[in-house]
Amino acid sequence: MTEILRLENLTRVFNQPNGAFGKPRQMTAVRDVSLSVNKGDVVGIVGESGCGKSTLARLILRLVEPTSGRVFHDGTDITQLSHRALQAARKNMSMVFQDPYSSLDPRYTVADCLAEPYVVQGAKVPEGRIDTLLSQVGLSRAMAQSYPHQLSGGQRQRVGIARSIALSPNLLILDEPTASLDVSIQAQIVSLLKDLQDAMGLTYIFISHDLGLVRYFCNRIVVMYLGAVVEEIPHPDCPPQHPYTATLMASTFAPDPKLRKELVALEGEIPSPFNLPRGCAFVGRCPRASERCKFEQPVLALGPSGQPVACFNPIGA
Amino acid sequence: MLLEVQDMSVAIGGVTPLDGVSFALDRGQIHGLVGESGSGKSLTAMAIMGLLPLIGGRIIGGSLKFDGHSLQRPETELRKLRGRRIAFITQNPMTALDPVRQIGGQVDEVAMMHLGLDRKAARERTIEILKQLRISSAETLVRSYPHELSGGMKQRIVIAMALAGEPDLIVADEPTTALDVTVQAQIIHILTALVRERGLGLLLITHDMGVVAQACDLVTVLYAGRVAEKSTTSTLFQAPRHPYTNALMASVPRDDMAIGELKGIPGFVPSVAGYPPGCRFHPRCSRKTEICAGSLPPLLAKDKESALACHNPLDGAQP
Repeated sequence: MTEILRLENLTRVFNQPNGAFGKPRQMTAVRDVSLSVNKGDVVGIVGESGCGKSTLARLILRLVEPTSGRVFHDGTDITQLSHRALQAARKNMSMVFQDPYSSLDPRYTVADCLAEPYVVQGAKVPEGRIDTLLSQVGLSRAMAQSYPHQLSGGQRQRVGIARSIALSPNLLILDEPTASLDVSIQAQIVSLLKDLQDAMGLTYIFISHDLGLVRYFCNRIVVMYLGAVVEEIPHPDCPPQHPYTATLMASTFAPDPKLRKELVALEGEIPSPFNLPRGCAFVGRCPRASERCKFEQPVLALGPSGQPVACFNPIGA
Repeated sequence: MLLEVQDMSVAIGGVTPLDGVSFALDRGQIHGLVGESGSGKSLTAMAIMGLLPLIGGRIIGGSLKFDGHSLQRPETELRKLRGRRIAFITQNPMTALDPVRQIGGQVDEVAMMHLGLDRKAARERTIEILKQLRISSAETLVRSYPHELSGGMKQRIVIAMALAGEPDLIVADEPTTALDVTVQAQIIHILTALVRERGLGLLLITHDMGVVAQACDLVTVLYAGRVAEKSTTSTLFQAPRHPYTNALMASVPRDDMAIGELKGIPGFVPSVAGYPPGCRFHPRCSRKTEICAGSLPPLLAKDKESALACHNPLDGAQP
């Protein structure tokens, strides 16, 4: 197993400057995240809105600068690279965005979009490369001269994927790549991603709010809540140890009326990231909370079944 | 029947985005209306609410009945029903809430307008409804503005507005799509309880098969403006008969699926200006034969609860 990506204590704090109303304030979008990813892994990162998953995606590519911590890609610490060296390093890593409409330039043809990574790298587009890319993502050659508005949502996302693999990277960050698509199209895209992974030996970081999809597609799952990793699940079939993961699973409806959930009303809401509780961020909604959880922040440590969990009262203890 | 939609067709400009839609809903029932984007779900909701004129649409065929009476009547009469006996919950709560007014007043207004309560009585009722929706500090919350609330809380306020007129029917158009799963579970819990406890009818429009499986008693599957299949939830999930329903089910990841098992549907939903001839699903269908391209399959009722529009249905045997 070769390690392809390692995150060490990655943290990003955003400052909200003094605006027209109120005082300046700070929020920690990503707090102390460490992760090691091997070549060929499909790591799912799940969590609800505001948990920091998209910021984490951008930190991995250094599209957002970390406040502290390091990102090693292929053994190189990309947080220390100069602008020029970073650009060269980005040949090997790429991102697919959630909304294929806003991530494609409306005035570029599909061919222009696919040539852009080469332009950025100052390279010439190899002969026949555009056609190859189009066929790899299941689009016809005739589409090369189309504009994004002439394509359906699923076709646009295929163009986004083709662009991300243009320079043959070894690592793809997929930030909710199917969230804006219908399920029939989502399934097409997911099976395309699987085929590409098999053909190119890619490693994926798959960011999603959809636990069902992540459990289907990923071989490891990282659960985030309010900026921090609360649990790492080494295999999608492993039962959750963190009460938040359990809550997330209990809230996800299976597409099968025989598996109807007895709904328990979960109390409370996600606290504001500007105003986190002193102890565990989940304490206000947690059915297993104890006195200690209110005052002390749990850190990620091996839990009762040997998987990393950040909880004082994990399930199964 | 509380709501009866019979062979309804809707035209906007020169196109007919809804073509012969039929389904019915009784008190105490949750009827799911499912389909992908562009299938006509929201348009059906707008037709029921009498809001088609706003988007330049009109009903050109069929009938629409609420509690035995036609819903195709003048706007002045519809206004007495809307918000009172038929309530509407939108996908995005911000489209239903006024951003510059305190939420309490917005809920009060419904009871004042439709039930004739005075300001004080209306406020008491608002607080009572908010408490029923398990909002803990209702007395202080009524004085907050929409931007101060989370998405889930805003949607609960919209539900409170819907309940304030004591409706018989709630039409909810993707009420949980914009929400996180834990909040979605809360809202579905609230809606299900309302139907069971008060005997309301709920038309639940969604694209989420998980929500359908969890909450609905009956399901109508729409595709490109027509009903593909209609059935009880358990039959639909166990033995779908329309190839579209079957393909839709196979597009949703399940826990027992191995990687590679998830199949999409090739192609995409046609736009209203370019419906193919014959069955509208046939270009994407794995069971198509010659007849499918030539003739539109009629929607044939099997019994009171189920109907199907397909030339080559699956046998419906349970696996």
